[in-house]
Amino acid sequence: MQPTSHAFKANAHQALGNANLQKALGLMRSGFPGRRAAALARLPEFEALREQGKALKDHVLENLDFYLETFEQNVIARGGQVHWCRTPQEARETVLAICRRLDAKTVTKGKTMIAEEIALNDYLEQHGVTPVETDLGEYIIQIRKEYPSHIIAPALHLVKEQVAESFRRTHRDLDPDRTLEEAPTLVAEARAVLRQKFLAADVGITGANFCVAETGSTIIVTNEGNGDLTQTLTKAHIVLASLEKVVPTLEDLSTLLRLLARSATGQEFSTYTTLSTGPRRPEDTDGPGEFHVVFLDNGRSAMLGTEFQDMLRCIRCGACMNHCPVYATVGGHAYGWVYPGPMGAVLTPTLVGVDEAGHLPNASTFCGRCESVCPMKIPLPKMMRHWREREFERRLSAATYRYSLRLWAFVASRPPLYRAATALASRLLGWIGRPRGRFRSLPLAGGWTQGRDMPAPEGRSFMSLWAERRKTAP
Amino acid sequence: MPAPPIRVGLFVTCLVDLFRPSVGFAAVKLLEAAGCNVEVPASQTCCGQPAYNSGDKADTKAIARQVLDAFEGFDYVVVPSGSCGGMIKRHYPDLFADDPALHQRAQHLAKRTYELVSFLADVLKLERVEARYDGLATYHDSCSGLRELGVKEQPRRLLRSVAGLRLAELPGAEICCGFGGTFCIKYPEISDRMVADKAADIAATGADTLLAGDLGCLLNMAGKLSRLGKDVRVRHVAEVLADMTEATPPIGAGPAERR
Repeated sequence: MQPTSHAFKANAHQALGNANLQKALGLMRSGFPGRRAAALARLPEFEALREQGKALKDHVLENLDFYLETFEQNVIARGGQVHWCRTPQEARETVLAICRRLDAKTVTKGKTMIAEEIALNDYLEQHGVTPVETDLGEYIIQIRKEYPSHIIAPALHLVKEQVAESFRRTHRDLDPDRTLEEAPTLVAEARAVLRQKFLAADVGITGANFCVAETGSTIIVTNEGNGDLTQTLTKAHIVLASLEKVVPTLEDLSTLLRLLARSATGQEFSTYTTLSTGPRRPEDTDGPGEFHVVFLDNGRSAMLGTEFQDMLRCIRCGACMNHCPVYATVGGHAYGWVYPGPMGAVLTPTLVGVDEAGHLPNASTFCGRCESVCPMKIPLPKMMRHWREREFERRLSAATYRYSLRLWAFVASRPPLYRAATALASRLLGWIGRPRGRFRSLPLAGGWTQGRDMPAPEGRSFMSLWAERRKTAP
Repeated sequence: MPAPPIRVGLFVTCLVDLFRPSVGFAAVKLLEAAGCNVEVPASQTCCGQPAYNSGDKADTKAIARQVLDAFEGFDYVVVPSGSCGGMIKRHYPDLFADDPALHQRAQHLAKRTYELVSFLADVLKLERVEARYDGLATYHDSCSGLRELGVKEQPRRLLRSVAGLRLAELPGAEICCGFGGTFCIKYPEISDRMVADKAADIAATGADTLLAGDLGCLLNMAGKLSRLGKDVRVRHVAEVLADMTEATPPIGAGPAERR
């Protein structure tokens, strides 16, 4: 997809006026954080587990080459293949080549953010392969021709009435007078429709929450079981993963799984945790004919050794966006690309460039709630600040903003001048504003005063009053 | 022989200096009442956070060096703001990470720097204040104080000792009000919606008074509440704890709306 992160402000403006979105975001605010908090309350060792998970990921990132090679050897030993792709284009071509060789007409897909990152669906369609999303949220947005607004709840921006409307429009062979008011009815309908697609599919594509080096297994967690059907019924199972998904052992995997579901949905464990190891063996009753792991780099290896390395610890739980007051106000689409919220504000500039995505690391109040809930303790605000430093160095921010900042800094680093300026400003603003105690509008502060008043200063600066008090003190 | 008084340097903060000197005097009163000797170095301006969060490291360092110089000799440095306190305590050492001499000075300053209410409660072990305030108050946890400095129970504990004051918990008290320093300048529309949500939460408590420990957040919330016509008095927590609410109208209120 073409990023629209540069238009963040306009996107956000639209989002603020979108009543359905605001209703959906309201439900998120009252849902995810409370469920996570309850799950943590039931696990006193969560904090220790967090430390363990962080240390584990840091170790992997320091030895990434070793674990990736070990993983590849073990995939090959079990009859699978690993494909290394530097760019989205290479990854798309790799997937298409497998589909073409197997003469695939339809591919079913489990939820994969890497497929979103490389815009796989559009590419496959252009080349005569029909992708069918099987995760309910992904299916809904596919038929609506939208893209995910949240990394674990792709259709979070919608309310159920919109889903019902889309189902009526798409499932035309069903009774037009059927009732579709409740969520379970919608789920049942999607299930029935998708069951046929599973059986017809030639290739199944899933993501990977983790890749275990010691066994060459890939792991997905779902709540719908759609991933299992996607990957076991087909001629080939293609796993799309990014480099940092590798973990050393099954034991390590269990540490991260314990953190993941609690942080994401507040579940102890996701409903389905599926380990895929190689293609079907002769003695197996089912399983895919072939097993491929497509690894996408897309700039991630270049993050190693930089101030952005910590971002590669991310396990995509979505807790940062679930707790972000900006995300909760504007939703995921405002961010203009695949990854929204705080993790997107750090990752998107890396993947699509800071010229395109410069707004995202700025659109944060640095309230720090994201870092405080991140199971991997990623210092998200700090990394957003690193982006701001790069933008400042490259003069990417608005010129008027930069000049005002420099002027302010010039004055603030000259205390006598600063004292004179604040003494004057507080007198002046205080004198004008004191009768009402506030301003309804103020020059240069139109953004503020459009929706709120600006309280007026008391009328004297603290420093000038303090100096007087010292003078008159005995 | 009595112990020599604690020497405290007050970091006033730029917003208190410009908008609400009462908060600075309330801080002085509380500290002096607790036996501290308070000084206010004249060479302080701002902590540099606006430059820091705008990616302007060079200017941040210049301003931070001024703070290092100005607050060299004190036992403690006290700040009536979690945001500026967090800047000095958590971010100054990072800022000078590449300069060993300044890094050491920054760490030394960070160790001695405290947000006002946590200093009173945690360092001076103050358990109650002599103050009266008649009203039902709710308290908003400003983000930096809460998450960078662990200010949560301290203000509530001290407020409970204020005669006549009742506390109603604010639902979502830990959610940002949308001020965010430069954020409210760069993204005013989003900031405004965030503070609208906050104002609705405040109004729903039925409280007649809103308290917090950071003037930035208070200006934002007071401005929204008054625009919406909500009859809520907004004050910095120090004003109430120092029993100085008679002298100054609430934030954003005219002289006639005193109490």
